Amino acid sequence: MSVPLPPPRRLVEITVDGEPVRLPEGSTILDACQDTPTLCYGDTLTPKNACRVCVVEVEGSRTLVPACSRRAEEGMKVSTDSERVRHSRKLVLELLGSSVDLSTTPGAAEWIAEYDADPQRFGQEAATVEQPVKVDNDLYVRDYGKCIMCYKCVDACGDQWQNSFAITVAGRGFDSHISTEHDAPLTDSACVYCGNCVEVCPTGALSFKTEFDMRAAGTWHEEEQTQTTTICAYCGVGCNLTLHVQDNEIVKVTSPHDNPVTHGNLCIKGRFGFQHVQNGRSAKQTQKD
Amino acid sequence: MDLRFRDTEPTDEERAAIDALLGPPASGWVGGARTDDDLRFAAAGEQERDLLLPALHAVNDRIGWISEGALDYICRRLTVPPADAYGVATFYSMFSLKPRPSRVLHVCTDLVCEARGAAGLCASLEERLGPPGLSWQRSPCLGLCERAPAALALEAGDPPAHAVYGPADAALTEFAEPPVEAAVPQSLHSGPGAGDELVLLRRVGVVDPGSLDDYRSTDGYAALRRAFTLGPAGIIREVLDAGLVGRGGAAFPTGRKWEATARQPDHPHYLVCNADESEPGTFKDRVIMEGDPFALIEAMTIAAYATGCRKGYIYLRGEYPRAFHRLTGAIAAARARGLLGDDVMGQGFAFDIEIRRGAGAYICGEETAIFNSIEGQRGEPRSKPPFPVEKGLFGKPTVVNNVETLVNVLPILLSGASAYAATGTEGSTGTKLFCLSGNVRRPGLYELPFGATLRDLLDLAGGVPEGRSLRAVLLGGAAGAFVRPDELDIPLTFEGTRAAGTTLGSGVVLVLDDGADLVKILLRIAEFFRDESCGQCVPCRVGTVRQEEALHRLAIKPQAGDLTLLREVGQVMRDASICGLGQTAWNAVESAIDRLGVFTSEEAS
Repeated sequence: MSVPLPPPRRLVEITVDGEPVRLPEGSTILDACQDTPTLCYGDTLTPKNACRVCVVEVEGSRTLVPACSRRAEEGMKVSTDSERVRHSRKLVLELLGSSVDLSTTPGAAEWIAEYDADPQRFGQEAATVEQPVKVDNDLYVRDYGKCIMCYKCVDACGDQWQNSFAITVAGRGFDSHISTEHDAPLTDSACVYCGNCVEVCPTGALSFKTEFDMRAAGTWHEEEQTQTTTICAYCGVGCNLTLHVQDNEIVKVTSPHDNPVTHGNLCIKGRFGFQHVQNGRSAKQTQKD
Repeated sequence: MDLRFRDTEPTDEERAAIDALLGPPASGWVGGARTDDDLRFAAAGEQERDLLLPALHAVNDRIGWISEGALDYICRRLTVPPADAYGVATFYSMFSLKPRPSRVLHVCTDLVCEARGAAGLCASLEERLGPPGLSWQRSPCLGLCERAPAALALEAGDPPAHAVYGPADAALTEFAEPPVEAAVPQSLHSGPGAGDELVLLRRVGVVDPGSLDDYRSTDGYAALRRAFTLGPAGIIREVLDAGLVGRGGAAFPTGRKWEATARQPDHPHYLVCNADESEPGTFKDRVIMEGDPFALIEAMTIAAYATGCRKGYIYLRGEYPRAFHRLTGAIAAARARGLLGDDVMGQGFAFDIEIRRGAGAYICGEETAIFNSIEGQRGEPRSKPPFPVEKGLFGKPTVVNNVETLVNVLPILLSGASAYAATGTEGSTGTKLFCLSGNVRRPGLYELPFGATLRDLLDLAGGVPEGRSLRAVLLGGAAGAFVRPDELDIPLTFEGTRAAGTTLGSGVVLVLDDGADLVKILLRIAEFFRDESCGQCVPCRVGTVRQEEALHRLAIKPQAGDLTLLREVGQVMRDASICGLGQTAWNAVESAIDRLGVFTSEEAS
């Protein structure tokens, strides 16, 4: 597979926590400090810089800046662990943790411990976005009590990838939420069930029905799953599929984000059309027996 | 764009309202009747996303609310995904997606009106009309602070109507809206501080705001004539030398903004006049637009000429119907006389102005949120950099200036930079408009040279009412800071207020006497920010909610833990929010705790 090389770029030098770092021009601060916590950042999407958990301190800047979107400039002095940065990250985690269910957010528990955050401190009366899970189709589930409003699903559904424009951010402020038009069920909306919104969701608010059901039944064991990357056989585009297999059953299909064909995206057939593999196999096995 | 619609049809009236704005549909593909030709040619309409907000207004103005069928038809006409349009419509508080009566009363319950008895007004309305909901609702500041408590009734129809109540009584007695000069006490009185020295307000109440001839006979369009002799670079030089800084709150040097935009090789350039005056307690831009609309149009023409813009937008608050009518009339008159259009004053310079109305969102006064709102997106601020002078409206270099900033350009060009700079102080030149409201004898709009103290201003307004004593003054509005009665010698300049740890902001001076309930006012400020946060970034979206919750707890029982919590939440909002709303949402509360001792001293509890 040939990946076209970008033209050479000039390097800029910045300092991160006192250490000099050289980066190609146009890189972001995040490129220089990969261990920064991120939630709304997506490697296949334009940074929305909404969650503010990746903020760093840049000398000369009145406010903290989001590492995910701010471009590195020659001579920039960045602190990733100053008092202000730690305070902001801690509070952002507390504010999110107190209003949203972060139980299935990868990394959240570790960051909350690392920054000594206490989401309980706002008391029992603190407003949350808790609400019933939306199950209105057989393919994926929307549990907006876990939604941190990172805008990634909207961007993936919209002009950044899928161009279906089935979902949007509606309302304002704390009441803002992800919605179809007039909050119609997904089956009435423009959704094409590509599942690319699920792919980019950082918290598990969106999940495949298979995963949701297995989690509910307590049979979801991620550590036992194997991942096999193959090529989708439905059409001639040649998308990479990564099959997540548990107990010799396909439980989830994703696509590698660095794949030059898909950039992590698939269509309904590649993403959800795997059941025949299992059905066929059990049928054959039955015949053999 | 391949869009999917649900099968909902607009009513004839909704269709007529939208077609009145957009013209009849060109084909079946964009909502017209389907013909044989349509089946042979897939002629998708051009995406005209920026007309989304005007189209929503068209329906809301005619019907009073926006039905699913109407929204669908707008989307077909403009090639906008229905979900996107739904997201935009739900962003603005003046739109309703549920049926409601055609007449809706908006009762201001913001700081000033709260201090002048809005609570009693609401209680009596509740008794008569039932709880707030569809026919009447509580509203943030309506910009009628000199007439507090105020209410605004908007009635849908063709044409839509409005009525202003101020001061509103419980019976909502109808009376003619007072002339705009009633808001300028200086123009009514003689003696020291009287109207003779007015610069920006000199025409308000003196000339007919509907008459271009009146305007021209009082030096109108003399500044533009001088501008054409100076040339763009010359104008920018004058504005720089005059030391003009922005009056919207951020105090950025106007000349530098203009210079940076004029230099941009990317074209077209756009001019946006920020008339979305929504800071609670501010009404200065309304008075200018209602009382001297041609001044704004002339000033915008000069700004556009200096910065190479052919198109200007006035982004006007949705709650200012009178200003909308006066500006609309003034733009039409200027266009008819060749003062706007393809050949302004026969100088070969093309420039025209379009008014875009906001729809009830404080955040749209943020300089980048205004772009998103005009473009038909949700009014959420953008991340900076890139700054507007590089990538602003429609991704092009854009100058954004406040109304008051723009009209300051006229005296600069008329009398010259050095004469202009002779007024005021070294760091703050010229005159400033102050919106005086609250517990004072003569509330209204005052124009004073920079350098006057807060005491001078209060004296001019007659001080607090007889038998009362001053408790505090809120400078700069909800995003500003409180000062104590012993700090009245603060010079009202940008540098003077900064040194005193407060801000001029947009010129709000809200006076509170010993009868004012400070805790209640803080709660209202917190509620305001919670309501008006766009919801984009976590520190502001959740932080403003937690701030309000903590204040409610403190109002019942002051506890050190909640004060620490407020400070910590305030710090993250200030440090890590995307825009100025979140960054300043804690300013007033912080100053009330630190300077006035609310929640910490005996007096408060």
